[in-house]
Amino acid sequence: MSTADVAVDRGPGGERSRRLTEMVFRMRELGIVLALALLIAVTAILEPRFIHLDSLQDLARNASIIAIMAAGQTMVLLTRNVDLSVGSVLGLSAFFAGDLLSNHHVAIPLVFLLCIVLGIVCGLINGVLTTFGKVPALVVTLGTLYIFRGIAFVYTNGRQINAETLPDKFLNIGTGTVWKIPTIALIAFVVVLIVGQYLRDFRSGREMYAVGSNEDAAKLAGIRVDRRIVTAFVASGALAGLGGALYTARFGTVDATAGTGYELTVISAAVVGGVAITGGVGSVYGAAIGAVLLGCITSSLIVLRIDSFWQQAAVGALLVAAIAFDRLVGLRLDSALRQRSARRA
Amino acid sequence: MSNENEPAAPPRLALAGASKSFGAVHALRDASLELYGGHVRALLGENGAGKSTLVKTLAGVHRPDTGTVLVDGEPVSFHGPIDARDAGIAIIYQEPTLFPDLSVAENVFMGRQPLSAGKRIDRKALHERTAELFRQLGVPIAPERPVRGLSIADQQLVEIAKALSFEARVLIMDEPTAALSGAEVERLFRVTRTLKEQGAAIMFISHRLEEIFAICDQVTVMRDGAVRFSGELEGKSNDDLVRWMVGRDIDTLFPKVDSEIGAPVLSVHRLTREGVFFDISFEVRAGEIVALAGLVGAGRSEVARAIFGIDRADGGHVEMGGRRLPRAKPTAAMRAGIGFVPEDRRQQGLVMDLSIARNATMTQMSELSSGGIIRAARERALASDWATRLQLKYHKLDDHVGTLSGGNQQKVVLAKWLATSPRLLIIDEPTRGIDVGTKSEVHRLISELASRGLAVLMVSSELPEVLGMADRVLVMHEGRLTGEFSRAEANEEVVVRAMTGQKEEMAA
Repeated sequence: MSTADVAVDRGPGGERSRRLTEMVFRMRELGIVLALALLIAVTAILEPRFIHLDSLQDLARNASIIAIMAAGQTMVLLTRNVDLSVGSVLGLSAFFAGDLLSNHHVAIPLVFLLCIVLGIVCGLINGVLTTFGKVPALVVTLGTLYIFRGIAFVYTNGRQINAETLPDKFLNIGTGTVWKIPTIALIAFVVVLIVGQYLRDFRSGREMYAVGSNEDAAKLAGIRVDRRIVTAFVASGALAGLGGALYTARFGTVDATAGTGYELTVISAAVVGGVAITGGVGSVYGAAIGAVLLGCITSSLIVLRIDSFWQQAAVGALLVAAIAFDRLVGLRLDSALRQRSARRA
Repeated sequence: MSNENEPAAPPRLALAGASKSFGAVHALRDASLELYGGHVRALLGENGAGKSTLVKTLAGVHRPDTGTVLVDGEPVSFHGPIDARDAGIAIIYQEPTLFPDLSVAENVFMGRQPLSAGKRIDRKALHERTAELFRQLGVPIAPERPVRGLSIADQQLVEIAKALSFEARVLIMDEPTAALSGAEVERLFRVTRTLKEQGAAIMFISHRLEEIFAICDQVTVMRDGAVRFSGELEGKSNDDLVRWMVGRDIDTLFPKVDSEIGAPVLSVHRLTREGVFFDISFEVRAGEIVALAGLVGAGRSEVARAIFGIDRADGGHVEMGGRRLPRAKPTAAMRAGIGFVPEDRRQQGLVMDLSIARNATMTQMSELSSGGIIRAARERALASDWATRLQLKYHKLDDHVGTLSGGNQQKVVLAKWLATSPRLLIIDEPTRGIDVGTKSEVHRLISELASRGLAVLMVSSELPEVLGMADRVLVMHEGRLTGEFSRAEANEEVVVRAMTGQKEEMAA
């Protein structure tokens, strides 16, 4: 090929490839946004009260904690690991927050800080066992799922935190609004935005993608792979800790079982939102929209007075559909890219 | 740049008197090599001659037991690939190591992305700088596209762009052309020449001699871990290179027992698998050992796998004792009397966590069991019978097979297949990773089996093994049979010539 060919190809060819790639990267999030819009539209037609302010505020509140935790989970998934312990960390942190406020009268900002620190400690344990212990994350976090929950049971010792013993200012964070937007949703928005910018525009964020995409190549590129994986677990733990404090603020009543089963909802949200369980692919925005979609399914089925059994089945079906869709797009994309390469060569 | 071409300047990268052993294997013996700026050096040698070990030593993957690596004449000590990279050494492997999910630009600059204010990645600069690198290379690859879906050739160019991006002064290409088409090779050569003109020191490894003559200035030939020749390429002929690559005594390592050669057992008719091998026809007779020789990637193992039915052939067919075998059905091949000893015994030949007895008798499970339960006593009896016949060295038959040495593991795999009383045994790399002493035992065993009438098809990359063991040698080059030699005709030069795809006429 001569330089003339090169120049020609850099014109329209380069332009077209840019459009193709951009379209596909958006498509991952686009599909789920469409599904969300469709769900809201159908529900709103069947039951107009669904799009009243109260109802939408409630929807946002329900999705917020899951979205925050899904942001953390996204980082772990990107490095081709998984964090199953987030539900237990949330439970531990939720009771910790309630205990600090009602029995020790600790200042609210300090409560949030301590809950996050608690989450960081849990995440550090997961991360260190996974990287330096060389144990698969699935096993490590399955273990810590039970361990952290067990600690929560010992810690609560059968006690319960009630809303009456919590300061109103704190409860307001979970139930109040700022300019008609629920405070908790604003917090989730800020968290997702920060994590999203970090993963998009910072070297260490991009390195998480690199680690999950090809660990050997990451090592050869001089990336400190272990450190990136530990960072992801610490972030996931920290956000689960924050989620715990917000859980207490939102519901007021907390016992040792708070957040049981959340880990699966959180992972589902991320996967439905286009984060690949095999690492290297996905965005935190997709995961957040996934959280909203899951929350929306729950709410719409309640509004439509459909048996709650269907809710779980619907989430499951959505999960399978999301993965199938992703795989399909992946295959189409692969062959499209290969063909383009072939044509050029 | 020009003064670096003068011999007075110290070499960019050099290896001085380096040796490296893995256990009993001397992979590198007192090897020395120099790379100068603005020159391309070829590294030649058969499989197992020590080329990869040499490359990995320069890449910081291995540390030499003795000897030194020198950068610009100064001794250095690499503690890992990153050290070598920081010293300006870039390696392009046959299979590039890239991030398939990330964009081309991110692959080139991972960990070194240009930053704007606030330590954010400057995406615009990232893409512009990547585009600039590809402009220098003269190839149109869009920086924004993901690496997934790029051809191997394009992926290598991404690796080369990466090397340029950290201003690598030494570029080592390990068989870069093995998976490329003619046009892609041409493009790679154009890029290589550009880099050479810009003053880079380049080392080029290839088995294709015509490529060496097309692009290289100097040549280093290795054999048995040592450098046999090092010097200017000018004035050297194909024959010179081949002679340096081979020319080894076939010692008495191969106790070949004469055997009576009987009727054809296996006949392969025009077997083809698109893009892998084409139009392969040959026969193996009872009592005969047929070696399938060729370079890595020539398609030998693939032919063996297709005969046994692991991979599906697209055309042609296989007959056992005159009966046609169905395609892609290993169970049918087994029933017809084919045993298959795979190349990778740890992954495919054995279940490492099971006992020696269980592994050796695995093909006989239904005969050993009654009512679906394996009778331990019968299993032990059969296993110990085979252990004696093959002179297996073991502690207890209940020990994990992983506790055995490589050679004895191979005997267990052989026992497993011999227990099925096969008429044809296909053995892929019979002695890979086996120490020298046990190697000859495995050879003796195969030779004995053949003398009792077993037909043997042996895939091997080791020329001495091929020449020492085989009654007939078939040679493959790039998916085609390029030579067939009787035991009397076969010698290293003719086989290597066929392996590298050269015609007989060129030899004269």
